[in-house]
Amino acid sequence: MLAAKDFKTDNEVRWCPGCGDYAILATVQSFMPALGIPRERIVFISGIGCSSRFPYYMNTYGVHSIHGRAPTLATGLSITRPDLSIWVVTGDGDGLSIGGNHLIHALRRNLNITILLFNNRIYGLTKGQYSPTSELGKVTKSTPLGTLDRPLDPIALALGANATFVARALDSDRAGLTEVLQAAAQHSGAALVEIYQNCNIFNDGAFDTLKDSTTAGESIIPLRQGEPIVFGPQGSQAVVRAADGGLRVAETAAVDPAEIVVHDAHRSDPTQAFALAHLADPHTLQHTPIGVFRSISAPCYDDLARRQVNDAVAQAGFPETGAGDDAFAALLAGRDTWVVD
Amino acid sequence: MSEVMVNPSGSVPPPAPAKPVERRDRVIIRFAGDSGDGMQLTGDRFTSASAIFGNDVATLPDFPAEIRAPAGTLPGVSAFQVHFADHDILTPGDAPDVLIAMNPAALRANLKDLPRGAEIILDADEFTPRNLQRVGYSADPRADESLAAYTVRELPLTTLTRAAVADSGVGKKDAARAKNMFALGLVSWLYSRPLDTTRGYLEKKFARAPQILAANLAALNAGYAFGETTEDFSVRYEVAPAADFPAGRYRNISGNLALAYGLVAAGRGCHRPVFLGSYPITPASDVLHLLAGMKQFGVTTFQAEDEIAGIGAALGAAYGGAIGVTTTSGPGMALKSEMIGLAVALELPLVIVDVQRGGPSTGLPTKTEQSDLMQALFGRNGESPVIVIAAQSPSDCFDTAIEAVALATRTRTPVILLSDGYLANGTEPWRIPAVADLPTWDPGFATTEQWQDREFTPYSRDPVSLARPWALPGTPGLTHRIGGLEKADVTGAISYDPANHDTMVRLRQAKVDAVAATIPPLAVDDPDGARVLVLGWGSTYGPIKAAVQAVRAGGQSVARLHLRHLNPLPRDLADVLPRYDRVVLPEMNLGQLATIIRARYLVDVISVTQVRGLPFTSGELTGVLKDVIASVD
Ligand code: SF4
Repeated sequence: MLAAKDFKTDNEVRWCPGCGDYAILATVQSFMPALGIPRERIVFISGIGCSSRFPYYMNTYGVHSIHGRAPTLATGLSITRPDLSIWVVTGDGDGLSIGGNHLIHALRRNLNITILLFNNRIYGLTKGQYSPTSELGKVTKSTPLGTLDRPLDPIALALGANATFVARALDSDRAGLTEVLQAAAQHSGAALVEIYQNCNIFNDGAFDTLKDSTTAGESIIPLRQGEPIVFGPQGSQAVVRAADGGLRVAETAAVDPAEIVVHDAHRSDPTQAFALAHLADPHTLQHTPIGVFRSISAPCYDDLARRQVNDAVAQAGFPETGAGDDAFAALLAGRDTWVVD
Repeated sequence: MSEVMVNPSGSVPPPAPAKPVERRDRVIIRFAGDSGDGMQLTGDRFTSASAIFGNDVATLPDFPAEIRAPAGTLPGVSAFQVHFADHDILTPGDAPDVLIAMNPAALRANLKDLPRGAEIILDADEFTPRNLQRVGYSADPRADESLAAYTVRELPLTTLTRAAVADSGVGKKDAARAKNMFALGLVSWLYSRPLDTTRGYLEKKFARAPQILAANLAALNAGYAFGETTEDFSVRYEVAPAADFPAGRYRNISGNLALAYGLVAAGRGCHRPVFLGSYPITPASDVLHLLAGMKQFGVTTFQAEDEIAGIGAALGAAYGGAIGVTTTSGPGMALKSEMIGLAVALELPLVIVDVQRGGPSTGLPTKTEQSDLMQALFGRNGESPVIVIAAQSPSDCFDTAIEAVALATRTRTPVILLSDGYLANGTEPWRIPAVADLPTWDPGFATTEQWQDREFTPYSRDPVSLARPWALPGTPGLTHRIGGLEKADVTGAISYDPANHDTMVRLRQAKVDAVAATIPPLAVDDPDGARVLVLGWGSTYGPIKAAVQAVRAGGQSVARLHLRHLNPLPRDLADVLPRYDRVVLPEMNLGQLATIIRARYLVDVISVTQVRGLPFTSGELTGVLKDVIASVD
């Protein structure tokens, strides 16, 4: 049995002291042995950004690729190598800005990959510009008068792309993150895990509301499969269906318990998960659901792609390479040939 | 203009006495019509029949970028030129001997290419005042002197076709659409081509539409019979089978098809699955379509969300041990640049096929050009050397594809294969290789056993090729991390050390340069010690060789050298170039290889350029060569 230390590399970890990435790395390394997969069959692929240094610190196979494109490499690898456990590590800039297109397509195709999106709501590696998840009006180096664009919610985006597994976790919540990683790893198909990650240099305290014990209870909506969605001190708050069909937060005492929404990540209809994602206030992070939003089973692109090839090979009757010489000769000859003596 | 006999019942009149047959050594026919008239199919069928008959053939399709430009307009004209001969020919021909014009637009668009004395067969039914006006004819060209230099055969092709297909039960529209088959039948008669391969083709194509099949067959047969009986044609022609072909079984093949076959052959050659990641783009899309139909040979095709994802997926597959390939054209190449740079840094095998077209930007999607050479050689940030090779003819795309894969896998380096629109869609006869004769090789993956006594160093190198180990995920004991950041020599750890960067930049260059040692010696075609050398690369092969033959036929000497390897250049090129007083270099760009040759070898080549979206004609090159030869005498 492997241990967390077996997943550490000799590379000196180069994140800023105090960065949330350390906590995520430690959690992933200690979770990995439970996967029960030999190190050589695990591949971490990343793009560019602070988070994308992750593969260098994992004693597995790894590729630190180019900005936003990690899902594309993972796509080719997952189609051709079903024996591997493939993890993509990206960030809010890498995965949602420059690489947004690849992320949505990897999700909608439902490839057998697990995507960890470290969301620190800022550009760290390029030293402090705003990111697609930064709150509206945020003052940064590139937006001295405040940002003008509304932030993107990765969970809502993933659900919009019809992702089959969508979850959110917090860097500092080791138990919660481990639980989500476990579920994501077991999921067949594309899994998106958004991890709120503190950048203590350029966006320190961005998630304090969710971490401070005095505010966390009222801010976090924990999602537990099959349980009524209640939160706050002694479950004083609840998520109920609003008159217009959406969701709203209400005082638990003031509503009929039957009205409280029971969390079901396995619903094939994504609208409830989508409504949950929108409960969060992007500015204050009040009512931020944490946990698994959606987990449904659907065919995976890579399985289907391999099946098409395997079926064609089987039908042609030459499964072994080299066994199809006659068929290949026939292919090269085509329909119309002539002979020169 | 002669009277035309129309037989309204469509039945064939009793056979007239056989007409005299004249021999021709070669003929160039251009079929031209609306893009909806089926000219590409007509040309393709005529070519097939000629090839099977045993002629040498070369073709040049020329079609609009729009799928269906407005009918009857100049932009909507689609043409297909075929050159067939009783000897080895190298180009689709400079100027057509015969133009089949299905409407006034086709006549107007192509007339400028016709030499005096050429024959024009046109559909008289289409020469209505309205149609003439639409293409800017203020007067009917048949009525004034504008066609005086040509032999014009005015035939009511639409009427004849309608009459011929009357019994097949198709509607008026489908009946008229069969007129390309009528024209094909007529031209087949005129040049003594058998109809059976086209009949077989139609039977397969329209197996599920018996009425349309009947209409097409009726039109084809009627066209043939019409030639036999009409007084319009007093003689027919014959082009004997070509005798100067090496023995073997042949087929006709386009560059894109040959390329697809070559990639499959390469995967079989090194026993690895082929993975194509691609995004549709003219004129490369056919390679994606074709390979998508070859799954039974273990080929996986992935239509990506964009050009970048296409190459990214190919690189990911290559990392996993597949033959990673991406296909594109100029604008797509631009998008792939960064990923090619990553492949250079990762030192993984990857094949990038650029079927070049007219640029810049969207440019001329359906026209040919050789203007991506500099982009292939240098179009990336940093010192980013890749291997660049170019195919010289449609069938050569097969061998070039195999070589690209072999070079990529052996050196663990991206290889750019340059084709172009002319090669992609043009066709020529191809001697079908025996499968047993195709090359095989071992991709040579790193193994646990090789490294069991020492720590795996992903950036250690083979002493000769300088290639690094290709260690596939899944191999125990070889876990390692690679990336786009500069790596320390040998260990591959991230390194920002100045001296190390200098070492690594030079190593990557040296690795690509080392390929030159594996390039066979140049074969200069110089039978009699010429003083002028004509140098070429890519698809100018045919026109240059034809021009060289014409010059020699005129009693003058000229040497010829065609390059397949553009990076690295062959080592002996440095010895060959100074042997000549003048080096002429024709390119379909503004002198890109000429710039390289001048810079590398300090040889002041005479750069001959044109960017009209069409290949050089051998005639213009013959003129250029004669002028240069005269200047050194
Ligand atoms: S800049 Fe921010 S995200 Fe990047 S390593 Fe430093 S603390 Fe972490």
